[in-house]
Amino acid sequence: MRMPMSLIDVPIAARQTASPADASPSTAPTIAIRNLDFFYGGFQALAHIDLDVAEREVTAFIGPSGCGKSTLLRTLNRMYSLYPGQRATGEIRFNGANILDASTDLNLLRAKVGMVFQKPTPFPMSIYENIAFGVRLYERLSARRMDERVEWALAKAAMWNEVKDKLHQSGMALSGGQQQRLCIARAIAVRPEVLLLDEPTSALDPISTARIEELISELKADYTIAIVTHNMQQAARVSDRTAYMYLGELVEFGNTDQIFLKPARKETEDYITGRFG
Amino acid sequence: MTEHTNKQFDAEMESIRSGVLAMGGIVERQLRRAIGALERDDDNARSAAVAADEAAINQLQVAIDQQCAQIIARRQPAAVDLRMVLTVSKIVNDLERTGDEGKKIAYKAAETRGSERLARMRHYDVSRALDHATTMLRHALDAFARLDASAAADIVARDAEIDAAFASILRQLISYMMEDPRTITPALEIVFVAKSIERIGDHAKNIAEAVVQVVMGKDVRHASLDEIRAEVARR
Repeated sequence: MRMPMSLIDVPIAARQTASPADASPSTAPTIAIRNLDFFYGGFQALAHIDLDVAEREVTAFIGPSGCGKSTLLRTLNRMYSLYPGQRATGEIRFNGANILDASTDLNLLRAKVGMVFQKPTPFPMSIYENIAFGVRLYERLSARRMDERVEWALAKAAMWNEVKDKLHQSGMALSGGQQQRLCIARAIAVRPEVLLLDEPTSALDPISTARIEELISELKADYTIAIVTHNMQQAARVSDRTAYMYLGELVEFGNTDQIFLKPARKETEDYITGRFG
Repeated sequence: MTEHTNKQFDAEMESIRSGVLAMGGIVERQLRRAIGALERDDDNARSAAVAADEAAINQLQVAIDQQCAQIIARRQPAAVDLRMVLTVSKIVNDLERTGDEGKKIAYKAAETRGSERLARMRHYDVSRALDHATTMLRHALDAFARLDASAAADIVARDAEIDAAFASILRQLISYMMEDPRTITPALEIVFVAKSIERIGDHAKNIAEAVVQVVMGKDVRHASLDEIRAEVARR
């Protein structure tokens, strides 16, 4: 079973002192993946992946079930390390270090690389606490600063106006689309540099989906975003670059306009035009 | 091309593709009638058929365009499918215009017969140019049917021949008109016919360029012939 969110297993020791409350990340994260292999026990799920996730762009991973796109996403914040028997080799360079190194501080990494899952996973707490919970693991804020941070994160996730009068009601009482935006707000609240979205709208209705897609376009100004989606039109709508994966290999990676108008590889064209198997 | 997983999608794509070829067949028939009108004085036998085909062409244009819109709305085609749908929508417009030019020539032919001195030109130069343009259209449709980009590039090259024929016809007609003012009225009608033929060549060229775009994913309108050939050779 997947953990609902990476923050849960962050120990107290990982807390940092509060940094200034400015909104945008100051560094320039580009994730450079080189010769990445991934294994579930004896099964190789990813084979020599080379790919750059560009700063402040949306990179989409598409491909049929089992192609390795979620696995690839889960290597980017080492989510897989929660499970014994899963291992990755190669290099994922982020902020000057290889995050696959044993010395990587996973708690720090997951604060920098936030993740949102397919099913909305609000904590069984108030809307306010859903946001504040994660922040407290990393920063010690005064009550006033925490209020500001909660409002900022909810505003960034385009839901402040909807929930500002019911911050102390349970997060579980929100609609599915609102819950998902709450999860995005929760991920943003710790001010990551990268957001990983694993099928963020597959459980949502079209209107909520459109809101999330709109949100992704807005968040792109401040964050580097990687999204896994089964919905090819969604990849076409929201991403700047698209990676098509098949059987654990990266078949084609290019500008989204190019991939959806004239992909270079026939395998890619067959997949995106619905000529698959 | 591999089949779509969804066979209904395949059937819809095949329907617009064969619709273009059917429409092209009727347009070609219309052009053959126009050639007949330049060569023979039998307008009564022809005009009902010209009108019927004109109506059929218009109907197909609307129907195929509607199918294209439905495919876009229902299937959200991508890559080669998207290029095909957009291209078909362009091609049916070029075919409809071509049919219009054919109709115009067939109807105007009677007015070009006013002068015996121009008969040889009408029978020979003009109808040969129209025959050339008709062949060009047929080859463009063949290239579309086979998705043959290099054949399409050759058709683009042939448009220059039609333009040259048009210039030559114009020069001859000007000589006649200066020499004998009684030829002016029928000669002007022939100028209009020749202009129509030149336009038919342009439409055939547009269709050929559209084929290159489906196959290569590259818009070659306004590109030089050398650039088009280089693009096709890259494949």
